[in-house]
Amino acid sequence: MNKPLLEVKNMKTSFYTHVGEVQAVRGVDFHIQPGEALGIVGESGSGKSVTAMSIMGLLQYPGRVKEGEVFFKDENLLKKSQREMMSVRGNQIAMIFQDPMTSLNPVYTVGNQIVEAIVRHQKTSKKEAREKAVEMLRLVGIPSPERRIDNYPHEFSGGMRQRAMIAIALSCEPSLLIADEPTTALDVTIQAQILELIKELREKLDTSVILITHDLGVVADVCSRVIVMYGGLIMEEGEGGDIFYRPSHPYTVGLLKSVPRMDKAEKQRLIPIPGTPPDLVKPPKGCPFAARCPHTMKICLEEMPAYTQISKTHRAACWLLDKEKSERGGE
Amino acid sequence: MASYLLKRILAMVITLWFVITITFFLMHAIPGGPFSSEKQLPDEVLEALNEKYHLNDPLYKQYFDYLGGVMTFDFGPSFKRVGISVNDLIYSGFPVSAKVGGMSILVIILMGIPIGIISALKQNSPTDYFVTIMATIGVAVPNFVIATVIIYIFSSRLGILPSHGLTSWVHYLGPVVSLSGFSLAFVARLTRSSMLEVMQQDYIRTARAKGLDEGVVIFKHALKNALIPVVTYMGPMIAAILTGSFVIERIFAIPGMGKYFVESVGNRDYTVIMGITIFYALFAIVMILIVDIIYGLIDPRIKFSD
Repeated sequence: MNKPLLEVKNMKTSFYTHVGEVQAVRGVDFHIQPGEALGIVGESGSGKSVTAMSIMGLLQYPGRVKEGEVFFKDENLLKKSQREMMSVRGNQIAMIFQDPMTSLNPVYTVGNQIVEAIVRHQKTSKKEAREKAVEMLRLVGIPSPERRIDNYPHEFSGGMRQRAMIAIALSCEPSLLIADEPTTALDVTIQAQILELIKELREKLDTSVILITHDLGVVADVCSRVIVMYGGLIMEEGEGGDIFYRPSHPYTVGLLKSVPRMDKAEKQRLIPIPGTPPDLVKPPKGCPFAARCPHTMKICLEEMPAYTQISKTHRAACWLLDKEKSERGGE
Repeated sequence: MASYLLKRILAMVITLWFVITITFFLMHAIPGGPFSSEKQLPDEVLEALNEKYHLNDPLYKQYFDYLGGVMTFDFGPSFKRVGISVNDLIYSGFPVSAKVGGMSILVIILMGIPIGIISALKQNSPTDYFVTIMATIGVAVPNFVIATVIIYIFSSRLGILPSHGLTSWVHYLGPVVSLSGFSLAFVARLTRSSMLEVMQQDYIRTARAKGLDEGVVIFKHALKNALIPVVTYMGPMIAAILTGSFVIERIFAIPGMGKYFVESVGNRDYTVIMGITIFYALFAIVMILIVDIIYGLIDPRIKFSD
């Protein structure tokens, strides 16, 4: 196995609010290889966006990474100063966000906002940066980019704005692109186009992609490897086939049952997962999914299960997989 | 843009016409006149005065005569200050008011906006609390109270500031502080809250994700958006402050427009009331037009539709 591009080790992030410490991320480990596309799925509040913001060093008060390491190209990002992180952000790791309607500054032209990123990280003149910006807009599929570069964001449609965001993000040729729900705010046809664009550019520019979403369909389309998060923890991790055809965690199974599938011949009812995610101010002692799990045992409420390595690429944290212990302490 | 301006100017003329008409007829609807006073003038004198100033003409004739004068920027003679025209009063009063007002506006902009920004960036710090408390006091205390307190402490007790007149730069301190107090506090609060709101926006997160310096994030990306509501407030404020505060000019005995205006109302000096009202109205509408144009320059989403 090659050396990973990014390796997150036991990262914990909390928000210190007046109601107490909200433990949004409670110790996650994962890595991503150069050129790989990794999906992080989970419902709202599972800690996936906070994980991304922690890696980027973009957490705002009162959020703080309280433990762990984030190695990117052999350097621990969490040890870097804000100033050092500024030359990583947008340059080596870029990010795009959920709502393209509000992610661009309304009072500056799209071109200005691309040029600004290029000039910040690369030693180029304004003129060269502008040429590069036109080229980027063409690359992301904006028609007549020489003209559209001087448009303001409100003159772009939602899909075009997300394309412009991608142009900004990729303008400095980052080795990693973090896309936080990039298609959630777009309508379905545009969603497919943006995903296609991300896929295409990943191959063309050899950029690793972390795609954060609650939409399993999106992940299946783009990513080769998937992490399923719940309650600030990774529940299951595996390659696409592992997750979609051999799900081992009841939460993953629940997620798959709650989305429509085209590959099954017979008609199926969608089965929602009952209940709501746990309160992360006082996270449960045992498995965070225990309260909603159809297979809950006594031990699930008391102790968090360790990861069971199902295959070389596939692991999950569930007592059902831990035969010996669940039989001893279960039922 | 050109046809937009033309439309706006036409609208301004109509607004002014309303102002003139309403003021004119309201003023005449009030019993009494410029020459009715406690010491009754002899009838012949009164008659002669009314005749001289055309006050015996039917009201509609006076109205149209006056409108004719306004068209040529002639606001007529003052009824009470013999030999002085309203134009003279404006020429002598406005520069004085504008000088004090202009300085106040500089103080408001150069202090209010930075204070608001600092307060927002250091939200919930002792600095922020101090600014918020001072700003609340500034908005709550009327300017004549500030003026009186300044005169009492610095002129009467300590004797370091002159209490009246405008002969040297020290004379300006009292009036400028009293005149700018409210708006300074208001602008600081407005900038603070607007800045706080803008800093939460997604595009600020995008700017940070690009690796931009915090300075660029604040002064390029946040400030321009945050100033939009501040500019809105600025237009009418500048008009009000430049044309003089009746109360402040009275307290510090400054020979500005405000003082003449108050006196003219008491004296029923018809032409002066009209002249200054029109001047003030014109000034206010022009400032609002300028604000609207600046608005369009700051925010590209605003189009000057024809």
